[in-house]
Amino acid sequence: MAEATANGLGQHALHPHDGAIVAKAETHQEHPIKLYLVVWAWLFVLSACSYLVDYFGLHGYLRWSLILIFMMLKAGLIVAVFMHMAWERLAMMYAIILPPILVLVFVAMMVFEADYTLLTRIAFFGPGP
Amino acid sequence: MAETTHTGQLNRPDGWRGIAADWASDQRAFKNVSWGKAMMWIFLLSDTFIFGCFLLSYMTARMSTRVPWPNPSEVFALRIGGSEIPLILIAIMTFVLISSSGTMAMAVNFGYRRDRRKTAILMLLTAALGATFVGMQAFEWTKLITEGVRPWGNPWGAAQFGSCFFMITGFHGTHVTIGVIFLIIVARKVWRGDFDIGRPGFFTSRRGRYENVEIMGLYWHFVDLVWVFIFAFFYLW
Repeated sequence: MAEATANGLGQHALHPHDGAIVAKAETHQEHPIKLYLVVWAWLFVLSACSYLVDYFGLHGYLRWSLILIFMMLKAGLIVAVFMHMAWERLAMMYAIILPPILVLVFVAMMVFEADYTLLTRIAFFGPGP
Repeated sequence: MAETTHTGQLNRPDGWRGIAADWASDQRAFKNVSWGKAMMWIFLLSDTFIFGCFLLSYMTARMSTRVPWPNPSEVFALRIGGSEIPLILIAIMTFVLISSSGTMAMAVNFGYRRDRRKTAILMLLTAALGATFVGMQAFEWTKLITEGVRPWGNPWGAAQFGSCFFMITGFHGTHVTIGVIFLIIVARKVWRGDFDIGRPGFFTSRRGRYENVEIMGLYWHFVDLVWVFIFAFFYLW
């Protein structure tokens, strides 16, 4: 994204010899409209793909992995471009993106818990009706 | 907190050294992010955990039941032109929400270009798409309720289906509704030129800036983001 300018930082880059310029340290980004349109189009394509997974009735691991891939791609595009995370400093990215990843530990715990619940239910009530 | 720093150039290390330097510095860890934006991000992080817990409890309920889970592909099918099309309403809702995210991103862009008219129109368009989404969700709820889905049972299978559905989509729909209200308020401010003349806000009495549009955008994109996960895990899985 070489053409994207971070306002504040970018002003300096534009006027390297103008020492008097006082830009705000807080930055915001201005990107060409085209970037948003491209991402928008990709989000449409990816949504259509994930819908087609259901439409064609794919099953098993193929279905689940395709759903997860399309989901992660869409989420990544939204966070990185629409929410401008790709241009933030690393301290910010890690503060926001790392904690939700730790939820996966909770997921693992609940998978064991759910398996155990199912096991006890089958043991006491027999297999499903 | 623009007044705490006066230099334009952010003369700080990058990468891991940057993380250590930013977090170990006094006063503020997020060096080039205003407090408003940082707080919105932290709020969204906490909201991520709320939705994460909903999806987790849904996963636990679905994995631990002996009764087969109702097939969402059939439950959410609509009869259009004499044939059942699977999940079609949900697909349309997804496209509506993604479109609204696109118009919001454009609104943020035009906001920073000080184009009041286009910013306000795009924000109102976003709000209209959001309201459409909520309307379609209300239709979906009505359809399912008339078909006999209740939080404690449904005609097709595992009883937990209803409670998971109403809880997750209901909470998401509430977020969209609040977002629509929030959008209309900010769009009015943009239209009136509040951010150009620094008019104090009615609630906080603080001067707004065009960054408020971006902060609003963060919330809206988050709502879209959550829908991506709900669509994948609840409707498609």
